[in-house]
Amino acid sequence: MLAHSIFFYFFSVIAIFSSLMVITSRSTINSVFFLILDFISVGCLFIMVGAEFLGMIILIVYVGAVAVLFLFVVMMLNVAEQKQSWFIGKKSTHIPIGLIVSVLILLELLVVVGGWKFKDNLMSSNTLNLSDISNTHQLGLVMYTDYILYFQLAGVILLLSMIGAILLTFRQRKGVKKQSYFNQISRNPSSSIELRDVKSNEGVKIDD
Amino acid sequence: MIEIGLGHYLSLGAIIFFLGVIGIFLNRKNVIVILMSIELILLSVNINLISFSIFSGDIVGQIFTMLILTVAAAEAAIGLAIIVVYYRNRGSIRVEDIHGMKG
Repeated sequence: MLAHSIFFYFFSVIAIFSSLMVITSRSTINSVFFLILDFISVGCLFIMVGAEFLGMIILIVYVGAVAVLFLFVVMMLNVAEQKQSWFIGKKSTHIPIGLIVSVLILLELLVVVGGWKFKDNLMSSNTLNLSDISNTHQLGLVMYTDYILYFQLAGVILLLSMIGAILLTFRQRKGVKKQSYFNQISRNPSSSIELRDVKSNEGVKIDD
Repeated sequence: MIEIGLGHYLSLGAIIFFLGVIGIFLNRKNVIVILMSIELILLSVNINLISFSIFSGDIVGQIFTMLILTVAAAEAAIGLAIIVVYYRNRGSIRVEDIHGMKG
């Protein structure tokens, strides 16, 4: 139990510190790096508390895909000179309102957490934890049977986001020569070869 | 203090949620940081769902966590694509310059 608490405080302090640094660091690239650190520490928390599969998924999906996507966009756009700075701006009237709303949200959440009481008969569903099989096995047993429609819907959402991202960033540039497979395959000798008689001492004018 | 219970994990989720909301409200320069704040908020929701799932012994919370992960990945892809298109058209992604809708 002592090791549990030590590791919990270690990883949660790292997570809170790095999420603070995400929103306050001066350059965007540092924010992305601290976001990666945040994901890694929260993934370690998940693994520690017993949800190993989700912890690994956090590491793979967030760190391996989403954070690298952020890094890629930050490097592709020229945002290096756009330093992030707070409280600068002529008409920044939304900052006190934003602070009030954020602090209120935090206080409400902490009040709810502090007043939480466990009910003894909380569990009433048929998808309880079975302690003799692993976490991944449990997830697979429930996800592919009871929640198969949600699983399929998640796949549809991923497909839609892929199509949307490709459609948004696709553009056709002017003046770029491209290979047209259809034109290549569909031409035949009668339309592409022309025989001409060439008189001696004269050239042939080729117009294309 | 030594005994780590559900309240500790929920407090961690609440603090990360709060930091994400602050990042959305107070950011003045960069839209990418706003997207990262949204990722922080989704991560805190994941922390809440997983801690409830573990401490109440029900596996369904982890399944919803996977769905939230899917939505977060899709949202990051679409949002970054929109940012790339906006940067291509305007040449800037500063929050102050985005006032086309007079918001």
